[in-house]
Amino acid sequence: MADDKINAAEYWKANVRLITGCMIVWAFVSYGCAMLFRPLLSGIPIGGTDLGFWFAQQGSILTFIGLIFFYAWKMNKLDQKFGLGE
Amino acid sequence: MSQFAINLLFVGGSFALYIGIAIWARAGSTKDFYVAGGGVHPVTNGMATAADWMSAASFISMAGLLASGGYANSTFLMGWTGGYVILAMLLAPYLRKFGKFTVPDFIGDRFYSKTARVVAVICLIVASVTYVIGQMTGAGVAFSRFLEVPSSTGIWIAAGIVFLYAVFGGMKGITYTQVAQYIVLIIAYTIPAVFIALQLTGNPIPMFGMFSTHTESGVPLLAKLNEVVTALGFRDYTADVDNKLNMVLFTLSLMIGTAGLPHVIIRFFTVPKVADARWSAGWALVFIALLYLTAPAVGSMARLNLATTIYPEMAGQVEDYQEALANPILYEERPDWIRTWEDTGLIVFTDRNNDGRIQMYNDANPGFQPIASELGWEGNELTVNNDILVLANPEIANLPGWVVGLIAAGGIAAALSTAAGLLLAISSAISHDLIKNTINPSITEKGEMLAARISMAGAILLATYLGLNPPGFAAQVVALAFGIAAASLFPVLMMGIFSTRVNSKGAICGMLAGLISTLLYIFTYLGWFFIPGTNMLANVEANWLLGISPLSFGAVGAMINFAVAFAVSSATEEPPQEIQELVESVRYPKGAGAATGH
Repeated sequence: MADDKINAAEYWKANVRLITGCMIVWAFVSYGCAMLFRPLLSGIPIGGTDLGFWFAQQGSILTFIGLIFFYAWKMNKLDQKFGLGE
Repeated sequence: MSQFAINLLFVGGSFALYIGIAIWARAGSTKDFYVAGGGVHPVTNGMATAADWMSAASFISMAGLLASGGYANSTFLMGWTGGYVILAMLLAPYLRKFGKFTVPDFIGDRFYSKTARVVAVICLIVASVTYVIGQMTGAGVAFSRFLEVPSSTGIWIAAGIVFLYAVFGGMKGITYTQVAQYIVLIIAYTIPAVFIALQLTGNPIPMFGMFSTHTESGVPLLAKLNEVVTALGFRDYTADVDNKLNMVLFTLSLMIGTAGLPHVIIRFFTVPKVADARWSAGWALVFIALLYLTAPAVGSMARLNLATTIYPEMAGQVEDYQEALANPILYEERPDWIRTWEDTGLIVFTDRNNDGRIQMYNDANPGFQPIASELGWEGNELTVNNDILVLANPEIANLPGWVVGLIAAGGIAAALSTAAGLLLAISSAISHDLIKNTINPSITEKGEMLAARISMAGAILLATYLGLNPPGFAAQVVALAFGIAAASLFPVLMMGIFSTRVNSKGAICGMLAGLISTLLYIFTYLGWFFIPGTNMLANVEANWLLGISPLSFGAVGAMINFAVAFAVSSATEEPPQEIQELVESVRYPKGAGAATGH
């Protein structure tokens, strides 16, 4: 039982770490590249406009999809590693 | 076959399909009714979630918003998709593990308080009812435009169809009709977009076409669009935004509002396992992105198409835009699609300078005034409603009549699927949270099922009534729905999972603080309960606190909610031991089991 508790706490910590990492990327592409850092990226041309515009209209959405699947995949591995899956 | 007959065939055919599904997917138990039996495949649920999420506004208005706002309106694209990342990581898997039927269920149990449950029910009902009004009116508009019936008749037909599959099938009927509705709406949206992308860029995939070369001029499409719109006195399509704080907060409000909307959350209660809830959020976003990645292409291409239709000399390689500007088309020679949409009043032409030509430009730009005077122009003469872009797309691209029929069926599918999801969230909150868990806990399974069906019928009648008599503020209330979901529901759900320390007093104070501060800020600028003339400050940027618009305040309301909840909780007692154990248990997938009642 005590082992289970420690195990579970480890699992939760690993999950929160993973979420934090993913949320940093999430914020970086949308609030960063697509908005606040857009002026800094204006030198990088893409299809007649700048990289920031691409992030705002396509890049961030594609990154969001990648993030969710990455998270689901990593969590499946965590579930198995800690024996907490279904 | 006439266009009317084709439209009737497509819309009628899609209705026959929905009714067939309704008969096949009858709900036999409350579990069927609330969570479709809990056995929906994650990909199927992802598709149903996409249809649930994409409303008449996404289908009809999104491309127009992007066309008119350019870069500035990218906020909608990111806001309405980024919420799924939050949902997948911070809410859906744990709420699925909790394994109950509704969102107030979790809030009521986790914060061991009937008051918290009732506050959550009120927030849910206000957010969902305001949201459903737009769906009913949207369905009415689609009917009246394509089937030539009055829009009130259209609303009654829509209500009748939803009644059939939602009252008898509950979540089970809704899930499988939403899958069918997604397929109808995505095909309808994509086909015209592919043809337009081919015509303009030679690339059949709209999202790539948008960033490739415009065939006729040999210039990248977006660069061409910038040249054309600036020649007409508008801002660059890709122009940056000055008020970045407001842009960030608006996007954040949309994201956490999306994650906090109950009709989206309950879709994740229908999958068998916790891991499925995570995958399912990913699939939902894939299916949503198919439309949301196409929308900006449709918007930019339609804007360019419209400008070069009016100023044909701007279409190719242009040496001097001033010269190209001088020869807009004659009103008599306008294309057929402008004629047909003029009949609906959504395109309006007034020949201000009586020269028989159509002048379309930004007459609100003082910098453009000298050019306009020199050409003898006396104001913009063509007003185009943003909403027609998607609906008129097949005609602009000269596509056959069946594509128009498909668009009609697609627009109606988008409105009905979202309406049904919202109605289920409302009816389950009433029958499960108010009747079963607050007023009459001894009600039998059969009794609750009947109560659920009656609440669903009542919710449909209410939505129909509000659709027929929309309050004057109908357009503004969607902002209210997002504001409430962001400021009241999302923070307590998240704290309920990620903190063992937040107690009932903290949660209730937090929810009320978030809700009230957001409502006060919105009402200050938009009028008390949206009654015109009762606003205390004019709704202009100069008056906004730190430049934050009332529509962006949901994110601030959420921060207030978090802060108050933590402050009150740390000043009061710890939650009881069994609640802390409950929080622990939702964090681990093991032993999720199926969704259960009580």
